[in-house]
Amino acid sequence: MLDTYLPILVLISIAVAFAIGSVVFSRLIGQKKPSAVKLAPYECGMPLIGSARERVSVKFYLVAVTFIVFDIEVAFLYPWAVVFKQLGWYGAGAMGFFIFVLVIGLIYEWKKGALEWE
Amino acid sequence: MENLAQIAMQDVNFGAIMPSLVLVCFGMALLLVTVFSPRGKTTHVAYLSILALVVTGIVSLATWTPAGSLVGNWQEGFGGSVRLDNFATFFNIVFLIAAGLTILMSDDYLKREEYPIGEYYPLILFTTAGAMWMASGTDLMTIFLGLEVLSISLYVLAGFFRRQERSNEAGLKYFLLGAFSTGFLLYGIALIYGVTGTTKVALIGEILANNPSLLTNTMTLAGMGLMSIGFLFKIAAAPFHMWTPDVYQGAPTPITAFMSAGPKAAAFAAFLRVFVIGLAGLQDQWTSLLWILAVLTMIVGNVVAIYQTNLKRMLAYSSIAHAGYALVGMVAANAIGLSGILFYMLAYTFMNLGAFAILVLAGKKGEDNLTLDGFAGFGFKRPFLGVAMSIFLLSLMGIPPTAGFTAKFYIFAGAVEAGYIWLAIIGVLNSAVSLYYYLRVMVYMYFRDPAEDYGWVKMHAGAVLSIVVAIIGVFYLGIIPGAVMEFAKLAIF
Repeated sequence: MLDTYLPILVLISIAVAFAIGSVVFSRLIGQKKPSAVKLAPYECGMPLIGSARERVSVKFYLVAVTFIVFDIEVAFLYPWAVVFKQLGWYGAGAMGFFIFVLVIGLIYEWKKGALEWE
Repeated sequence: MENLAQIAMQDVNFGAIMPSLVLVCFGMALLLVTVFSPRGKTTHVAYLSILALVVTGIVSLATWTPAGSLVGNWQEGFGGSVRLDNFATFFNIVFLIAAGLTILMSDDYLKREEYPIGEYYPLILFTTAGAMWMASGTDLMTIFLGLEVLSISLYVLAGFFRRQERSNEAGLKYFLLGAFSTGFLLYGIALIYGVTGTTKVALIGEILANNPSLLTNTMTLAGMGLMSIGFLFKIAAAPFHMWTPDVYQGAPTPITAFMSAGPKAAAFAAFLRVFVIGLAGLQDQWTSLLWILAVLTMIVGNVVAIYQTNLKRMLAYSSIAHAGYALVGMVAANAIGLSGILFYMLAYTFMNLGAFAILVLAGKKGEDNLTLDGFAGFGFKRPFLGVAMSIFLLSLMGIPPTAGFTAKFYIFAGAVEAGYIWLAIIGVLNSAVSLYYYLRVMVYMYFRDPAEDYGWVKMHAGAVLSIVVAIIGVFYLGIIPGAVMEFAKLAIF
């Protein structure tokens, strides 16, 4: 049974060998002419603005959590939509309750002011 | 596509989750009530959550099967992954009592500490619902889901005083260590699934019984070990107890009280169901494991408690020791030992929440005075609270005629009956050690000159009510334990 995994093992070995190999060989045979620009961290070609270790406003987390909630809602809605007809009214009711629960969360969030970006 | 529909329609039975469903619906409604209420007004939320607990209690009792009845009232559903039997119902009542006493003592406490935040109460309700899923879950995944619901709400509650460093520390520590231990539990579940091909507890038991070769499989043993780490962490047994003192000290006092009773009982419920039914074939192995851990837990809890001067910390170590006593019943694993654990959880709920209710009342804002010195002469200046505290401490020691005595009696009787004489002897010796630190509180309360007049202690109706209820519970279980013990015997498998 295990030999069916052999191709995966080979692929992993090649990938690891390639990754380590390119680093090691470029270090061994490459030229080194460091300059301030070359040593700076690469950020999509943009010049750096300040340190990366800054405090992020908690508002971003609220948005992220809100996104996850509705993301999961969609993840449940898709399979439900596929078998919508077989499930009938029972399925519609169950999904209705599920969305109702999420709506309670949304109302709570809204009222708490989490959706406002001052 | 057909399969999807079948998965969705698998014998849904809302009766099997009715109590937790009621609680969760109340919790969601209370979230909306909170958010539409003016800032700082939380008393009505507290009353409504008490109402929620009462309604849930009535709903829970409907699934209780009395002795001698021919038809079982238990409910099963969701493809056999939830089973609301007597075992679950008994534990549900314990959770509800714990949550009720906690909420009663909370309202004025939150105002004193200047955190009148209404979300506190729905969070307690959600925790209780999670505990119910742990007690009624007959599928490892349901138990895991319950554990997560319980834990996530508790992490928030432990760090509830968000501007207080100690509370933050408690929340973060509990979260990090709790998440880590949950990982162990999940890994154990995965290994057991790998061996047996199912996550249903009863089926795991059957498969292991029919294939004895699986019992010696390393994967089975590793799975058992990893799962027990997950549960032992939640019941705060040594050597997985390191988080307990810091979290118990830092969390808001009512939450500490709740944590030591409700979630501990929930973890015991799941632990019992999984090990006694699912891993019955491995009983020799887990008994010898738990024998050592029970002794270790009792000794660590009691000995370290002697050195504590902060009462919340002392009660945290005492809670570790009590987990050890309850584990003795699980080692015995006979009818009296197992029903003894159920009885113990109920008795411990009353006596420990009572003791914490007095700490709630006796604390100043910030609670830096909850030390032994802070209680000097407390008993004479505050006679009612002094007497009540003494009753709870005597019960925690295990002195008759209190609940603590009968609870320990049943546990140790079970151990002796199962032939674990030495374990019972070690348990009794440990109770003797515990006298020292419990009695020391009484010595400070009655034999030291009062340094203060304790004028700041205000007798709030809710907290006093919870103390009175706890006293009644302690004496009822201590003097006439027979009736409740009969219930506990009906509740085990």
